[in-house]
Amino acid sequence: MNTILIIAEHDGRELNAATAKTLSCAGEIGGTIDIAVLGHGVAEVAAQAAALDGVSRVVTVDAEHLAKPLAANWATETVALAGDYSHVIGPSTTFGRDLMPRIAALLGANQVSDIMAVSGPRTFKRPVYAGNAIVEVTVAEESKVVATARAASWKAAGGGGSAAIESKPAVAGPAEHTRYIGLEIEGGERPDLQSAARVVAGGRALASEDQFALIYDFADKIGAGVGGTRAAVDAGYCPNDMQVGQTGKIIAPDLYFAFGISGAIQHVTGIKDAGTIVAVNKDPEAPIFEVADIGLVGDLFTVIPELESLLG
Amino acid sequence: MKILVGIKRVVDYNVRVRVLPDGSGVDIDGVKMSVNPFDEIALEEALRIREAGNADEVIVVSAGGDEVQQQLRTGLAMGADRAIQVKTGEPLQPLSVARAFLKVVEREGVELVLLGKQAIDDDNSQTAQMMAALWDRPQATFASEVKLDGGKAIVTREVDVGLETIEVDLPAVVSVDLRLNEPRFVKLPDIMKAKRKPLETVSLEDLGVAVEGNLEIGSYEPPQPREKGIMVEDAAQLVGELKNRGLL
Repeated sequence: MNTILIIAEHDGRELNAATAKTLSCAGEIGGTIDIAVLGHGVAEVAAQAAALDGVSRVVTVDAEHLAKPLAANWATETVALAGDYSHVIGPSTTFGRDLMPRIAALLGANQVSDIMAVSGPRTFKRPVYAGNAIVEVTVAEESKVVATARAASWKAAGGGGSAAIESKPAVAGPAEHTRYIGLEIEGGERPDLQSAARVVAGGRALASEDQFALIYDFADKIGAGVGGTRAAVDAGYCPNDMQVGQTGKIIAPDLYFAFGISGAIQHVTGIKDAGTIVAVNKDPEAPIFEVADIGLVGDLFTVIPELESLLG
Repeated sequence: MKILVGIKRVVDYNVRVRVLPDGSGVDIDGVKMSVNPFDEIALEEALRIREAGNADEVIVVSAGGDEVQQQLRTGLAMGADRAIQVKTGEPLQPLSVARAFLKVVEREGVELVLLGKQAIDDDNSQTAQMMAALWDRPQATFASEVKLDGGKAIVTREVDVGLETIEVDLPAVVSVDLRLNEPRFVKLPDIMKAKRKPLETVSLEDLGVAVEGNLEIGSYEPPQPREKGIMVEDAAQLVGELKNRGLL
C-alpha cells in the first residue's frame, strides 16, 4: 500500500493552488495521502489543507526558522517525516523544484521531476526535451519515490474533506549558513501568471517596452495574467518572471492570447496544455497557427484596440 | 578561491528533437551538440567573478564519454583555466552527477559551485540542489544576481511570484537562471589557446563514486498533438467565436 506525503506550498496565509494539483497526482497514484504543512503560524493553512478532498491527515511542523521555505531547513524536517512514507511529492513550482531534489538526495533517491501522468505506483510519464518527447520512468522498489507534479497536467483537487491535523516538533534548528533577506513581488494586482484562468502574452512584435503596455491594458480589461516570450524578455519589453516557455513558466490557463508571437518550440512548450489558444500574428506562416485553436492573421496594433472596443 | 562550473553536452537549443519510431529514445544522430545554455551562463558568471579579482581559478567539469571534451574545450575557449572530464560509459543521472562533482569539489578545495538551473535535454533541474544536500552546504537556485561579499554570496532568485533574495555562506552551490548575464562569444584565438589548456580525465572509480539508485528509463513517445484549430477573418469574428465557446 502506498503511503504518500505531499509537501504543501503556501505563503503563510494561503495554500498555493499547486498543492491541490499535487494532491490530484497523488490521488492517481493511490494510497493514503498526508499533507505536511511546514512553516510558522500555520494553523490557517493547515485547516485549508485538511479541507481538501482525499487527505487522510495533515502534519504540521511549526517553528520560527521554518517561516520562509528555505530548502536547507525544510529538507531536514521533511526527511525526518519521510520515514513513514513510500512517496514524497511536491509541486513542480520554483518552490518544489528548489526543495524536492534536496530531499531526494538526503534520502539517496533520484527524483522524478514533473510527473504528467501516472502509469503505476512507481512508474510515471514526464516531459523531456522541452516537452518534445515524453518518457516513462520507474523508481526501483528499494528507493523512496521522490517527485514533483507538473502543475499544468493536473486539475486542483476539490474541497469538502476534514482530515485530522497533527502537529510535530521540528527536529533541528535553523541552518546557520543560509539567511532569508526578502521578496520583491512583481506584477502587482494582476492575476498570478502561473494560476490565472486567462493569460494574455506578447512577443517580439510588440517592439518596445512602451508598446508592451497594450498587452497589460488588454489583460486588465479581461482580468487576465500577463506573459511574454523569451524574445520579448531578452529585448527588455517585459520582466523575466513573465517569461512563458521551456525555460520560463509552463502554464495551462483556460484561455491564452498570443499576440505577435511567432511560436518558437521553446515558447509553445509552455502553453501546450492551455484550454484554448488564440493567436494573432501578421505572418500567416507563423508556426503559432499550428497550435492555435483560433487564429487571426492581422496586426496586433489594430486588432487589440478593436477587441477592446468590441468588449466595451 | 576556486570556482567549479558544471558543463553538460546537450542537443543544441535550436534542434527540434524527434522521438525514434521504436520509442527507444530520441533521434540525436548527426544533430548539433552544444553546451547546455544555462551552463554557459554559469561559466560567464564565474569568469566575471574571476575578472573582478574575487576568484583565482575557474575549473569546468563534465561527466560523460570522450565526446564531452568538445564542450569542455568550448568552456576553456570561453576562459576557464582548466577542465576535468569525469569519464563514464553511460549517461549519469543527477544524483550520480552530484556525487561525482562533489568528489571533485573536495579534491580541489572548491568554494563556489555554479551550475545551470536545468539541462535542456532531460529538464530535471536537480543536480545543484542534490550537490548542496550531499555537501550539507547552502543552495541558491535560479539566480538572477550573484554578489560576493567576503565569505558570503547575496543571491537574488527568480521565483514564481517575483524575486527572492537570500544570503549564503561559502562554500555554496548556486544554480543560474537566464537573466543573470549574457555569455560572451568565443573568438578564434581563444579556441587556439584553449587547445593548450589542461584537460584532465578521471574515472568514476578514481573518484570512488558508485552509480546506484538509478531510475529505470522506459520508452519514449511524442507529445499528443493539439487538434487543428480554425482561422477567423477579423476581431469581431474572434470575439463572436470566444463568446460562442463561453470563454468571454
